[in-house]
Amino acid sequence: MQWSEVLQTLLDTAGDILPIIVMIAAFQFVVIRRPMHNLRRVVIGFTYVLIGLTLFLLGLEQALFPLGRLMATQLTDPAFIYSGIEQIAGVIHWTDYYWVYIFAFAIGFSTTIAEPALMAVAIKAAQVSGGAIHAWGLRIAVALGVAIGITLGAYRIVTGLPIHYFIIVGYVLVVIQTFYAPRRIIPLAYDSGGVTTSTVTVPVVAALGLGLAETVPGRNVLIDGFGLIAFASLFPMMSVMAYAQISEYRAYRQRSKPPE
Amino acid sequence: MGCCAAGCACRTAFLKSKSFALLNTSLKALARPLIGSLRDLLPVIAVVVFFQLIVLQQPLPNLAQLLSGVALVVLGLTLFIQGLEMGLFPVGESLAHALARKGSLFWLLIFAFSLGFGTTIAEPALIAVAEEASEVAAEAGAIANSQSVQEAYADGLRLTVAFAVGFAILIGVIRIVNGWPMHWMIMGGYVLVVIITSFAPREIIGIAYDSGGVTTSTITVPLVTALGVGLASSIRGRSPMIDGFGLIAFASVTPIIFVMIFGMVVH
Repeated sequence: MQWSEVLQTLLDTAGDILPIIVMIAAFQFVVIRRPMHNLRRVVIGFTYVLIGLTLFLLGLEQALFPLGRLMATQLTDPAFIYSGIEQIAGVIHWTDYYWVYIFAFAIGFSTTIAEPALMAVAIKAAQVSGGAIHAWGLRIAVALGVAIGITLGAYRIVTGLPIHYFIIVGYVLVVIQTFYAPRRIIPLAYDSGGVTTSTVTVPVVAALGLGLAETVPGRNVLIDGFGLIAFASLFPMMSVMAYAQISEYRAYRQRSKPPE
Repeated sequence: MGCCAAGCACRTAFLKSKSFALLNTSLKALARPLIGSLRDLLPVIAVVVFFQLIVLQQPLPNLAQLLSGVALVVLGLTLFIQGLEMGLFPVGESLAHALARKGSLFWLLIFAFSLGFGTTIAEPALIAVAEEASEVAAEAGAIANSQSVQEAYADGLRLTVAFAVGFAILIGVIRIVNGWPMHWMIMGGYVLVVIITSFAPREIIGIAYDSGGVTTSTITVPLVTALGVGLASSIRGRSPMIDGFGLIAFASVTPIIFVMIFGMVVH
């Protein structure tokens, strides 16, 4: 790593956080017209943000992007796919990429189940629902949603089908579910799509998609490589609403059971 | 004996001293986000190592570079989150509450827009994906393969997304103030996405759909949620649960529409 690169990243980052500093200062001193509490602490905080973001972006180039691409390249390598099997006519069927799907599922599930933002939301939802929704059940629902989403996204890249067919069908399903799901869960379900894709997960998953599109024969990186994150944000909406519907149904059956 | 007592007294004095307390609290304050960012990263590492050693049965290439990169990511994320909690979050939240109480719709809307815009420009995941998208677009020949054109493309993408998120938060705040039901507006957004998709160039569709999920992470979510919940609880007749959430959902739909329009202009 060169010092000029570090300096350049630092300058770029300073430019990135400048708008929010200007905006906060303008509202604090011009609109609200109140002095800021703990100004020193706030300044130290913004310095941490600047240094932290710079280090993160430098590490991203060195570790997270290469990791995603590396896994994609290795898992789609014909030598790995055909280890032990005799290659027939050089055509790879989409089912031969099953390790790619297993990897996509594992990455989606494991990163989501450990996501701190999700834990906070799950606990809040459990309190609001009055016990019908369990925090753990909700977390598993979201994690399954992300995992299935990324797996289906990987399948789409391998087969090269157009992304908007999947997304549009997904939207239709979300809309249908919205009419049947308990009303209180709807905003939470809609938000859970965006919350789950964390800062660490996004680069790894994006690199996985681009790597897949690069190495699977016949795919265009620009057309096929993106879209995994879109899948990962769409499916949790469905799985959260489905979970709420199932738990409501079970609570309903419990109540209507005749006393023995 | 006397010497030991003096030593003890000296140690107690140090333990009681202000500088030790400051050091102690700042170390403790850093420990929590450090554990948090390790926990974020650990599942990724565990899955990759499992596949590398058990399934692929190959050593990791460039191990030293990977390890130093991971260390940078953990350290960077830790400082970043700690800095957010010290600076941006308390100030942003107090501003959101103050403006919600102030009752001036004009300033509230300007605040909503600039909050969405400013936080999205600084969002690390978006910086990463925009850069990657510009490289891929240049390699595929959709834009000229030069440093300055690539940078302009990445910046254009980020500005578009930031503008879209600002717009989304603005619309979301108007919704909370008027108490409109959310799902009709989201569905309207979906219909727009579907219509514009049929006009957009194929090269931008994947990036556009992804940008919806990318925008809403570390910085944007806590501040926007604070604005929504603060607003819903300061307006009579609004429930924080039903009206307070949902700003994020808007912010995940509008970038898709705006980025596709950006694609139509650029490609």
